[in-house]
Amino acid sequence: MNETAEIAANKHKDYTGAKIGMWLFLFTELFLFFGPFLLYSIFRYRYSTDFINAGSELSLFVGSINTVVLLTSSLSVALSISALQKGNKKLTLLLLGVTIVLGAVFLVNKYFEWDAKIVHGLYPGAEALLSRPKGEILFFGLYFFMTGLHALHVIAGMSVLAVITFFVMRDKVTQSDYVKIENGGLYWHLVDVIWIYLFPLFYLIR
Amino acid sequence: MSDYAAGAQGNYLQKEGRGGILSWIFSTDHKRIGILYLVAILSLFLVGVTLGFFMRLELITRGPTIMAANTYNSLFTLHGVIMLFLFIIPVTPSVFGNFLLPIMIGAKDVAFPRLNLLSWWFYMAGAFLAILTLLIANGPADTGWTFYAPYSIRTGTNVTLALSAVVVLGFSSILTGINFVTTVHRLRAPGMTWMRLPLFVWAVYATAWIQILATPILGVNLMLVVAERLLGIGIFDPAKGGDPILYQHLFWIYSHPAVYIMILPAMGAISEIVPVFARRTIFGYKAVAYSSIGIAAVGSLVWGHHMFVSGFSYTAGVYFSLFTFFVAIPSAIKVYNWVGSLYKGSLEAATPLLYAFAFIFLFSIGGLTGLILGALSLNIHLHDTYFVVAHFHYVKFGGAGFGFFAALHYWFPKMFGRMYNTKLANVALLLLFIGFNTLFFPLFVLGFQGMPRRYYDYLPQFTNGQLISIVGSWILVAGVILMVGNLIHALFKGKKAQANQWGGATLEWQVPSPPPKENFEEIPEVKYGPYHFKRD
Repeated sequence: MNETAEIAANKHKDYTGAKIGMWLFLFTELFLFFGPFLLYSIFRYRYSTDFINAGSELSLFVGSINTVVLLTSSLSVALSISALQKGNKKLTLLLLGVTIVLGAVFLVNKYFEWDAKIVHGLYPGAEALLSRPKGEILFFGLYFFMTGLHALHVIAGMSVLAVITFFVMRDKVTQSDYVKIENGGLYWHLVDVIWIYLFPLFYLIR
Repeated sequence: MSDYAAGAQGNYLQKEGRGGILSWIFSTDHKRIGILYLVAILSLFLVGVTLGFFMRLELITRGPTIMAANTYNSLFTLHGVIMLFLFIIPVTPSVFGNFLLPIMIGAKDVAFPRLNLLSWWFYMAGAFLAILTLLIANGPADTGWTFYAPYSIRTGTNVTLALSAVVVLGFSSILTGINFVTTVHRLRAPGMTWMRLPLFVWAVYATAWIQILATPILGVNLMLVVAERLLGIGIFDPAKGGDPILYQHLFWIYSHPAVYIMILPAMGAISEIVPVFARRTIFGYKAVAYSSIGIAAVGSLVWGHHMFVSGFSYTAGVYFSLFTFFVAIPSAIKVYNWVGSLYKGSLEAATPLLYAFAFIFLFSIGGLTGLILGALSLNIHLHDTYFVVAHFHYVKFGGAGFGFFAALHYWFPKMFGRMYNTKLANVALLLLFIGFNTLFFPLFVLGFQGMPRRYYDYLPQFTNGQLISIVGSWILVAGVILMVGNLIHALFKGKKAQANQWGGATLEWQVPSPPPKENFEEIPEVKYGPYHFKRD
């Protein structure tokens, strides 16, 4: 048994263990999205023209903005971890706040984007959508399901970061005990990574 | 290693704080959580048995006997959902994994005790939702436990709620899996190398990986069906261009490996029991350990054998059939090693070993008939007949279920510090064994003759077979009642058990029965393998 494991057994504070647990959890999240990605690729193969037509109706501009917003938030969360490790609590809190606000900006954009689609009758079950080719129905079905599931993850990630902000304020997550903020950051990066795949699949196919 | 004296800390069953139920349902002690699971899961098992009993009884005469066709559909759905998602998938890892895994590797608790409690709460929430489908309007789901699209999209019954129940149970399963993998990696006592891990730990470890990797796919698949029902996204709806076959693929990508979530921990328990009562080391430790991983790996590649008649390509069928045959190899390795371990052993015909024998016998029948079903040509004849029903009951009940019973009789004295009446336990086993075979063996014959599954009615030529099977269900129920009654009686009136009731060499037998709150006075140093019975 090495040193960290010894601390783990006696003090019940095991950083490596906490990291292993978090990574395993991230795997399950990836597998959660694996199912819809698989369905996407099969339907994309079957109805490639419909998918390209439908994809061109999404707003590349809003999608790109959201991509920039999420990437920036990943940067800010990574910086917040470094700030805490260097003992700068104020900066940590500021950066965590920035991350949460960027998450909110992402969701607001998403709201307007969805709203525009719904106004045009491009949502599952709408008459306007059902009169279109089958591939387009499926494209928008997958679009709403996958971006919706992703949005839920954004909300979950924001909640996690909010709790961590609270912990940092109360000095429960500190310079010497920072595994929680690291794990929270990992989760936020996962949310980001999934978007990195959603963006080209839905917005960039032309 | 001498027995540890029961120290100042007292055992885990003793009153803690103000005591009462709150000290249980909010406890983060892995042993108490194990007991919580045991109580909840056994209760639901009895509900599942009752449902199965009435399904059989309905078939005592042709045509409607005690229920209408729709009720029968709901009954077999609920029987499946309860027995699979609430009983046999969680039972052995959640009860014995929780209770024993930390003790067996010389740890004080699992890696994430609070997460562990959370998984139990998820389990209870899932159970609550599943039961709720019975009570609210529209009636319980009537799709079968597989929730096949497109029927699950169209039926007016409470499918959405039933699906939510399964998704919530999935969370419970995932969290338990993450906990166990991390625990095995991080919390082994000094000297507890991988090759000294008890085989039960290996089995639970392999199971935990399947729980982590496969469960999310089932979760998202069921979420898609929910989205389909609520919003009509069209993915599984042929009218909108979707494909119901894809539902089957995603369903079995989880649900076939789930079969190994059920059977692997039971196999692990058998691997503990056999060497202890044969008084010799297990034959081929490494082979048994690695075959658990082998089953987990190959078992993830065979899901298509549930879909041979779905119309997918012949090439895919050949591939899935081949891998189905491959997965029999690690399973057979285990069976041969258990039997090999008995050779030249000094057998003690104690109750747990007898249950283990029943397991080996019934599992072998279940496994071999699985090969018959895995053959492409035979599958066309046998698909969706009673033969399939008989096969998976032999594997899941005769295998995983009897394995769980064996584990229960093996570790009961450790968990509660009391011994049950072994004579009654043996009689219960006899009833269970006779009842089980009388109930399910005729189904092989009926299935071969063409009796389809999931019908509440049958043709006249199947009458005799059905009757024999129904009588079997009565004997089986009598066995279950006797077994459970005997154990409950022992809880209160049983003789005190010894610390090492069976003479086992694994760590859990080196602590008092029931174990102390913190498991060990101090973390032990492990010097021997798990089946090293000779002490210097």
